[in-house]
Amino acid sequence: MSDNRKSDPPSGFGPTHGVQSSHVTSVYVYEAPLRLWHWTNAAAIVVLAITGFLIGSPLPSQPGDPSSSFLMGYIRFAHFTAAYVFAIGFLFRIYWAFVGNSHARQMFIVPVKSAAWWKEVLFELRWYLFLEKRPKKYVGHNPLAQIAMFVFIVLGSIWMIFTGFALYGEGEQAGSWASRVFGWVIPLAGQSQDVHTLHHLGMWFIIAFIIIHVYVAIREDIMSRQSLVSTMISGERTFKDDDPE
Amino acid sequence: MAQLETFYDVMRRQGISRRSFLKFCSLTATALGLGPLYTARIAHAMETKPRTPVIWLHGLECTCCSESFIRSAHPLVKDVVLSMISLDYDDTLMAAAGHQAEAALEDTIEKYKGQYILAVEGNPPLNEDGMFCIIGGKPFVEQLKHAAQNAKAIISWGSCASHGCVQAARPNPTRAVPVHKVITDKPIIKVPGCPPIAEVMTGVITYMLTFDRLPELDRTGRPKMFYSQRIHDKCYRRPHFDAGQFVEHFDDEGARRGYCLYKMGCKGPTTYNACSTVQWNEGTSFPIKAGHGCIGCSEEGFWDKGSWYARLTDIHAFGVEANADKIGGTVAGAIGATVAVHAAISALKRAQTKSASKSVQKMDTH
Repeated sequence: MSDNRKSDPPSGFGPTHGVQSSHVTSVYVYEAPLRLWHWTNAAAIVVLAITGFLIGSPLPSQPGDPSSSFLMGYIRFAHFTAAYVFAIGFLFRIYWAFVGNSHARQMFIVPVKSAAWWKEVLFELRWYLFLEKRPKKYVGHNPLAQIAMFVFIVLGSIWMIFTGFALYGEGEQAGSWASRVFGWVIPLAGQSQDVHTLHHLGMWFIIAFIIIHVYVAIREDIMSRQSLVSTMISGERTFKDDDPE
Repeated sequence: MAQLETFYDVMRRQGISRRSFLKFCSLTATALGLGPLYTARIAHAMETKPRTPVIWLHGLECTCCSESFIRSAHPLVKDVVLSMISLDYDDTLMAAAGHQAEAALEDTIEKYKGQYILAVEGNPPLNEDGMFCIIGGKPFVEQLKHAAQNAKAIISWGSCASHGCVQAARPNPTRAVPVHKVITDKPIIKVPGCPPIAEVMTGVITYMLTFDRLPELDRTGRPKMFYSQRIHDKCYRRPHFDAGQFVEHFDDEGARRGYCLYKMGCKGPTTYNACSTVQWNEGTSFPIKAGHGCIGCSEEGFWDKGSWYARLTDIHAFGVEANADKIGGTVAGAIGATVAVHAAISALKRAQTKSASKSVQKMDTH
C-alpha cells in the first residue's frame, strides 16, 4: 500500500467521491464488505440470469421415469437460493451505505440538483463519444457511472426483488411470507403473467447493464487515468499520473 | 312479506329424500373444505333458514356461466339449487317475459330490500351511454345500478363480470367494463372463469346461504377456497414439470406420454382456479387432462396476453409484436454490437495517441 494513502481526498464540493482527485496516487475507496457484496452479487446475478432463462425456456425433455429426474426442480431451487443471496445482499448493501465510508453512499444518492455535477455528466458523455482527449480523474464513480449504478443496480435490484418474490410467493402459496409481503405486486401489474413479463424485462435490463459495465470497467482500466478492475479487488484506487487536473 | 319456505321444505316438495339431502350436505361440506361436523351445520341451516332471494342479471355475455351453473354435477344441485335459492329474476331461465319479467324484478327489489343477492352474469358496456346492451328498453348499466342499490351483496359470475373478458379485449369498442368498475359501494365476490366451474358457483352460493356471510376473499376479491391456488399447484402433470419432461409438439412422444404442457404455452402456472382439483363435467376431465394447455380463462385480460400457445405475453409497443425475451434479446444484442464498435474505435484512438506520444517522447530525448 502506498504511503500517501488517504481515506478521503482533500477539498471539493459535497461528498468527496464526486471530486477529481488532486495529487493523490492511491486512495482506499471500496471497503472489504462492499467488495465482498460486489462479487457475491455478481455471482448471484449470473446464476439468476442463467437459471431464470432456463425456467422461462426449459431444456429439452429428460428421458425416463419422472421420479428419476428433478431437473426443473433443481434449476428452480438454484434460482430461488441465488435470489435470497441477491436480496439479502442488497439489504446488506443498503445497511452498508449507512455505516460504510462516503463512497458506499454514492450509488444511492445522485446529486441531480447540482449543476456542476451535470456538467461532469456531460463531460463524461463527451469522453465516451471520443470528443474529449484527456479523461478526468475520479476517486469514486464518475457521474455517468453513478447514474448507471443508481438506475440499473439500485432500481433494477428493487424491481427484480419485488417482481421476483411476488412470483415466488405464488409457488409458496397464499400466507407465505413472500405472498404476504410482495403478493400485492401481482394485481397491481394486472395478473401473474404480466409479472412474469416484467421480471423477464428486468433480467434483460440487468444483462444490458452487465455488458456495458464489464466493457467500460476494462476500457477505463486501460484508457482512463485511474485503476478500475483492481480497485474492486484490493479496494485501492491508484492513479497513473500525479497531474493535479 | 310472504313467508319463505326453507331449503329443506323445497327439497322435500321436489321429492328429494332425506338421505339424498344429507348426502348433498356432506358433499357440500367437502367441496368447501370444511370438516365433517359442518355437514350437520349445513343441514341445520338448510332446514331452518328461509331461502335467500336472488336476482340474476345478464349483461354483455354468452350465457356460458348459466350453462355451466345448471350442469352442476351433484344430482341434487341439478334438481334443487335453482329452487334452493329463490331465483326471483333471471331473464334467461324465468317463465315470465316482457312487462311481467320487469315487474318481477321490481317486486323482488321492493320486497327484499337489502336482503337479496345480486348475481351478475356479463358486464355493462359504457360507450354510447350503454346502448350496446339494452334490457327491457333500457341500457343494462341502468338496470345493474338500480338492482345493485338495495342488494346485500353482488356475485360477479364469470370473467365478463369479474374482469371484462372477450368484449373488453382490445380495442374494446363498446367500452365494456367489469361490474366492480360501475358498482363501488357493495361487497362484490368475483367468481372468474369462462365459464366458472359449476361446483364452484354452487359452492359459493351454498356457503353464503349456510353461514350468512361472504366467503373469505383474496386480494382481488375471489373466494379463497376455490381461487387461492394455481392450476399448476395441483396439476396431475406437475411431476413431469419438476422432472423437466415437456411436450414440444402436440403430436410428439411427450404428448402421448402426457408430459407437462408448459412449453406449449400452458397458463397453469399463472392461473388461479380449481380446475385441476374439482375438474369439469362431474369431475370427468379438465383441459390439461385432455392434452391441451390451460388458456388462463379465469385471469384478468386473458384475451390480450398473446398466443395461448406461448408462455410469454405479447408486448405491442413500437408497432411490433414481440415478447419480453425477444425485445430484451434484441436490446442486449444491439448493446453488444455497440460495445464492440466502441471498443474498436477506442483501440484505434489509443493506438493513435500512443504513437503520437511516442514521437513526442522521441523529440524530447533528442
